[in-house]
Amino acid sequence: MIELKSIRKAYETGSQSLTVLKGIDCIIKKGELVAIMGSSGSGKSTLLNVLGLLDDFDEGSYTLNGENMHGLSEKAAARYRSDFLGFVFQSFNLISYKTALENVALPLYYQGVPRKERQARALAFLTKVGLADWAEHLPNQMSGGQKQRVAIARALIANPSVILADEPTGALDSVTSDEVMALLKEINNEGITIVVVTHEIEIANQCDRIIRLKDGRIEGAMN
Amino acid sequence: MSDLKRQPRMWRPDWDGFTELIQVLIQKPLRTALSGLGVGWGLFMIIITIGSANGLQNGVSQDLGDMAKNSMFMWTQSTSMPYKGFQRGRPIDLKIGDVEYLTANSQVLEVAAPQNQLGGWRGSNNVTRGIKTGAFTVYGEFPEQQLIEARPLKEGRHINVRDIEDRRKIAVIGKRVRDILFTKQEEPIGESIRINGVNFTVVGVFTSMRSGEDAEEDLQSIRIPFTAFNQAFHKGDDVGWLCLLFNEEVHADSAAAEIMSVLKSRLSIHPEDNRAFGHWTVAHEFEEIQSVFGAIRWVSFVFGGLALLAGIIGIMNIMLITVRERTNELGIRRALGATPGVVVRQIMGETLLLTTLFGLIGAILGVATIEGVNALLEGMPDMQGGSFRNPEVSIEIVLQSLLTMVVMGGLAGILPAFRAVSIRPVEAIRTE
Repeated sequence: MIELKSIRKAYETGSQSLTVLKGIDCIIKKGELVAIMGSSGSGKSTLLNVLGLLDDFDEGSYTLNGENMHGLSEKAAARYRSDFLGFVFQSFNLISYKTALENVALPLYYQGVPRKERQARALAFLTKVGLADWAEHLPNQMSGGQKQRVAIARALIANPSVILADEPTGALDSVTSDEVMALLKEINNEGITIVVVTHEIEIANQCDRIIRLKDGRIEGAMN
Repeated sequence: MSDLKRQPRMWRPDWDGFTELIQVLIQKPLRTALSGLGVGWGLFMIIITIGSANGLQNGVSQDLGDMAKNSMFMWTQSTSMPYKGFQRGRPIDLKIGDVEYLTANSQVLEVAAPQNQLGGWRGSNNVTRGIKTGAFTVYGEFPEQQLIEARPLKEGRHINVRDIEDRRKIAVIGKRVRDILFTKQEEPIGESIRINGVNFTVVGVFTSMRSGEDAEEDLQSIRIPFTAFNQAFHKGDDVGWLCLLFNEEVHADSAAAEIMSVLKSRLSIHPEDNRAFGHWTVAHEFEEIQSVFGAIRWVSFVFGGLALLAGIIGIMNIMLITVRERTNELGIRRALGATPGVVVRQIMGETLLLTTLFGLIGAILGVATIEGVNALLEGMPDMQGGSFRNPEVSIEIVLQSLLTMVVMGGLAGILPAFRAVSIRPVEAIRTE
């Protein structure tokens, strides 16, 4: 599903160049639930952004679903994101003036799906995450756990191959964290590849495999 | 897979995109209203100023009444240059014979209607009927006068050729003259009135097509045949002044020059003496009014345009702020599959919608105001005389202004739209 070879990425900060990823090699197979762990500054968020085509990389090769992702235009990247990837963020990143239903339906809008179909599918996914009754609520009327479930429904709606979750439980208490992880595992069981970035070992331990990052390199893989 | 799933979105009406825009705009109603206010005000001002200029123009044009565009008025003064043994300062008198000579010799003249006058502004009472008296202006004139300044009849008839030939002592009186000399029930036609001690029979009553003081003057006048006038009031064959119609295809100024040069040669006046005659042409007056209004119109365009420009810059500014505030939201949208093109379209669409919507409101309010003032003026008979009447804007002007504004709104959206996509999605998402 995902294949990274010698990925290098440096940020230019003024005259200095800060190398964040110093040659990442890894393969994530279809249907895996993988955790990426590391202390802050280890490059785990950058790696996730590269995987999510939100950021480009300098050297190496990234193959997603058999297609090379190097040097994509913004437009092409947007299409791959739309077709293959779903995102879950630590701060939920729901659009504040849209209802839960509209938030979930938004990715389909960018795929040109007709309105009625969008709404029907969004409601189905809200039902799946247990929030059908909250469809017409705005994000600020919902709890953190509910918001994250809406975000997961939004990530799922375009039927992605991979879901990328950046600290999905970072803003949640332990009970709701477990609920969210249970939901992610359930989705994983349906065959969707999931990559979770986290610094919490309890979360990482619930995954099939842990990739540990340290100073821009992979330390070693468990399982 | 990716290409099969997508339909080309540009070619069908994008109602989804529209609802999306509406949702964004009503999310911050106050800001939307305030930024729209600038544009609306700009268009409102353009329409109000153009409408007012038109009103002023209509008012002034109305003051000229129904006078034929190719008419000219001419009177005699004194010479200012010595010529053929005459000294300067010789008073010029016009006789009927001179008018006949002019008619025979001028190439451009079509109608000549000499006029004489008795009484006038603040004149003493000169007309009586029984115990009723009044001070009116009495004109001796030819039937041709109707071709130059038409006066609609209320009853009876105008002066005709037989009246002139037979020097009939008849009079056509203005409506106010009738109201003063006759009671409402009385029938004026066939009755006698005394003008300066001479009896005349009333044959008609007329009204005026002019407005204000001019109309007032018309209605307080009495018209009698020129020949009868000169006989009754001992004017011999003197002519007070000439009302003329010249060939419509000749420019007013050159027509006037030709007519005067014919008379100058007849009356032994130096060809370059510009003081011997005074004259006034409707066309010349009209052109002057036109050029003044051209200037007013131009100024109103400039000021309205500046107001519009300020509104557009305001919109651009607001959109730049909006884009900055919504960096995170736009980042999310891009993570969810919005291409840069879609984001550009969205921001441009918001700007266009904002300008079009509020431009339309401004235009509607402007037109409504103009129409309201119009209705108000029409409802006030006293205002009929004002030099401001029927303020109006043509639909073309409204559409042009709207179109200009929409185009400028589109231009105003470009910078914010490209600023919105210049930031990378990863940075955009991190912005809180």
